[in-house]
Amino acid sequence: MNNTHTGQAGKKLSLKEKYALMTRGLGWDTSYEPMDKVFDQLGLEGIRIHDWDKWEDPFRLTMDAYWKYQAEKERKLYAVLDAFQQNNGHLNISDARYVNTLKLFFTGITPAEYNAHRLFAMLGRQFPGPGAAIACQMQAVDELRHVQTQIHSISQYNKYFNGLHDHSVMNDRLWYLSVPKSFFEDAISSGPFEQIIAISFALEYLLTNLVFMPFMSGAAYNGDMATVTFGFSSQSDEARHMTLGLECIKFVLEQDPGNVEIIQRYLDKWFWRGYKVLGLVSMMLDYMLPRKVMSWKEAWEIYFVQNGGSLFNDLSRYGLRMPRHWEQSVAEAEHLSHQTWNSFYNFSDAAAFHVWLPSDEDMAWLSEKYPNTFDQHYRPRIEHYRRLQAEGKRYYNPSLPMLCQTCQIPLIFTEGDDPTRTSHRETEHEGEKYHFCSDGCQEVFEQQPDKYVSAWLPAHQILQGNCFAPDADPQAAGFQAEAEVMRYFHVNPGQDNMDYEGSQDEANWRLWKGLSPDGASKAPPAA
Amino acid sequence: MNPIQSTVFMALQTNDDTRPIIEALQRDNPAAVVHRLPAMVKIDAPGRLVLRRSTVEEILGTAWDLQAINLNLISLSGNVDETEDEMVLHWNR
Amino acid sequence: MSVEIRVASIDPIRQTFARTSRRFGADKPASRYQEASFDLQPRDNFHYRPVWDPERDIYDSRRTAICMRDWDDFRDPRQYYYATYVLNRARMQETAEKSFEFVERHGLLATLSAGQVHQVEALLLPFRHLEWAANLNNCFITAYCFGSSMAQGAMYNTTDRLGIAQYLSRIGLLLDGNSGRSLIAAKERWLGDPAWQGLRRLAEHSLVRKDWFEIFVAQNLVLDSLVHPVMYARLHTELDAPGAAYLAMLTEFMKDWYGENVKWVDACLKIAAAESADNRAQLSAWAAEWKGRAIEALDPLVRLIDSGDGPQRLEAAVAALDLRMTRLGLDPA
Repeated sequence: MNNTHTGQAGKKLSLKEKYALMTRGLGWDTSYEPMDKVFDQLGLEGIRIHDWDKWEDPFRLTMDAYWKYQAEKERKLYAVLDAFQQNNGHLNISDARYVNTLKLFFTGITPAEYNAHRLFAMLGRQFPGPGAAIACQMQAVDELRHVQTQIHSISQYNKYFNGLHDHSVMNDRLWYLSVPKSFFEDAISSGPFEQIIAISFALEYLLTNLVFMPFMSGAAYNGDMATVTFGFSSQSDEARHMTLGLECIKFVLEQDPGNVEIIQRYLDKWFWRGYKVLGLVSMMLDYMLPRKVMSWKEAWEIYFVQNGGSLFNDLSRYGLRMPRHWEQSVAEAEHLSHQTWNSFYNFSDAAAFHVWLPSDEDMAWLSEKYPNTFDQHYRPRIEHYRRLQAEGKRYYNPSLPMLCQTCQIPLIFTEGDDPTRTSHRETEHEGEKYHFCSDGCQEVFEQQPDKYVSAWLPAHQILQGNCFAPDADPQAAGFQAEAEVMRYFHVNPGQDNMDYEGSQDEANWRLWKGLSPDGASKAPPAA
Repeated sequence: MNPIQSTVFMALQTNDDTRPIIEALQRDNPAAVVHRLPAMVKIDAPGRLVLRRSTVEEILGTAWDLQAINLNLISLSGNVDETEDEMVLHWNR
Repeated sequence: MSVEIRVASIDPIRQTFARTSRRFGADKPASRYQEASFDLQPRDNFHYRPVWDPERDIYDSRRTAICMRDWDDFRDPRQYYYATYVLNRARMQETAEKSFEFVERHGLLATLSAGQVHQVEALLLPFRHLEWAANLNNCFITAYCFGSSMAQGAMYNTTDRLGIAQYLSRIGLLLDGNSGRSLIAAKERWLGDPAWQGLRRLAEHSLVRKDWFEIFVAQNLVLDSLVHPVMYARLHTELDAPGAAYLAMLTEFMKDWYGENVKWVDACLKIAAAESADNRAQLSAWAAEWKGRAIEALDPLVRLIDSGDGPQRLEAAVAALDLRMTRLGLDPA
């Protein structure tokens, strides 16, 4: 036995000490190659970090504990998925209309999770402090988990419903999916600090609750066991990710007073970018869940106004303020879902999911939740569409909409103080005119015009003939441009889109549930 | 500054693993408000919420590893301070 | 509870996702590995050029000199997707945990001789830093490679390396009674001991390379094939000395991991080499260049192995690497 090393059980280490010893010392200051060559993206943004050791590890998970707990989660999740598949769990949902929320989620959000997987791998490599790098690496592998558990949960639905069959290609090509796609590509193409502020803080901490909490409760309410299970299982990782977002912003702010201004600019931008993407969630909550849990307005009040307010109260000691235009997001909560659903109703012949008009019960719920706006502005329009449908004149908008250069949503929203006037802003850059849906989007553009002029705007690309499959020949006799664009999107017209009533989804659902095939489609009873 | 009351919260899956956790949170945080939603329980508290391992163990009657909260946590809000004995959510002011 | 399954009328309208059908055929249900692993990375219509690489797209196959017609061709023979990966590692960590607990509870590292302790301190613990470099290198591959199947394999390799670095750290903590002194000393060796400088220089050099496939060859083929069989495997063959068996228990994870990881590494290289003569030539050139450097870097370290046969072990590992390269379709230079 030697005398310097006892090999006997030493003092008991606290979680924090153990984590620091096993993790913090792993990195070193390189000397054969300069540090700024090994970590060569840190200087891109003007953020100054003086001491990476000041990073506080939010959750002190060592790899062994990570494997242990994550395996436990996966055992539980896949046991549910197996049971779900074996028992045709898709038949237990409230109504087949519900599946359309999954279509939007799977084509819009799941590919975003894939981008997050790669983005956090970038950060895991770029941050020189092992504490920060490891937190990002764990999130990188978690995000891969989310992609895959979503694929495995949706797998069963894909076997029985249309529109879920080609999520990756659709995300790259389908017009409205350029909204979430461009959001994530905006983040991933930024420098490392903007990447982490955009996703960990603005999206995960400030906004992700809006997607998962009401939506997953909605899934539970509508009998979708698979989605509730993967959703809540993903959320158990999100709790870690949100904490990373908060720790990260505090760390950067504490490192140098000069960072505050840059971070505030990032927050203003990413709050607005994120809020615009969430318009899709507003429509899911208010119009697409057959049994509704809470309105968009209520969700925004709880998860943004209250939580976000508490958060910014806390961050004000660093000199940060609430993001620009947050008041506008609150005022618009009265209108957002109605205007968004209306657009999808009009363009649903070019989408990959079904739409429908709200039932009488739905409209009663909407007027209760939106007493200031629904009966006045939106009920009359829906009743008008109903009359047209009854006369066999279902309205589709045949034109290509003007898109916002920043968020890429069509100019469908109205002025905050006048819901009868379309909100439209424009600016000139190098002799070209650019259009925006809002002041917020115009400001984002004006900060980095050279970035946003390169955006792949679907409406423009369609008109320029860039949305045809390689084997399509626009010169050929009888060339059907619209059908060819849908083929490029990998959307089967009539089968994947247009009205739920009369769709193959509806016919199959009636068959499987033993409902009369010709009876009028009936919404489920209000919960 | 905005005039909003700073609330912290923890949201947990509704299942048998979280029942003792929720009970412990109620016991140790008299000001906490428990909301039972579909498949989920959300616990709000003004400014501060503490989860103590010892309280959960007392309710459970067996040893419990605080990191096991990872299995059932859905969301949270507030700064997190975690040791092996307790997890505290708080706003600093 | 009654379970009602009305089998007769409930036929699926398709078997799997379109991307999975295109790759594996449409007429049969796909495996979870197949559905979860391929054709997930965005390919078309990128909106913005990255500020960190403005000449290229966000995902761009031109970040390596290797060319593939089908970048999702890299199939993992282990068929790992997240769930199967973590379930497997959870089993491995459970075994490792029992070993560490057993050794700690009974104070078994006290049975090591001073010479053995010195060997662990001088020749094992500093490898936690090499594993950290390996972690960063595989994280680089995950981030900047092309195709979701390659990124997935590299992602699991990244977290594995962190796990190995942390197990090495725990061996140090067992030796120094949780003071962390052994880890500080190991870092000092890594930073200043002349015997380690060649390896550190090599590691730092790998960290500034920009071709992710070159990094794959340097780290996952060359360095691993020389370091693991020489520096870890010996702990599992020289079991005569008192306490040696306990060191074998504490490094079991690394041994099992290496045996398994080789399957993934070989599959990737074999597929890339089989694609074209150009790929073969490029992979062979990288392997030869990094092999030369790695032998030079490891030479002073293997001389310190107390059994005295370090140089022979390294030679044997080099011969095995050459043989493996031939098997993979590469030219051993």
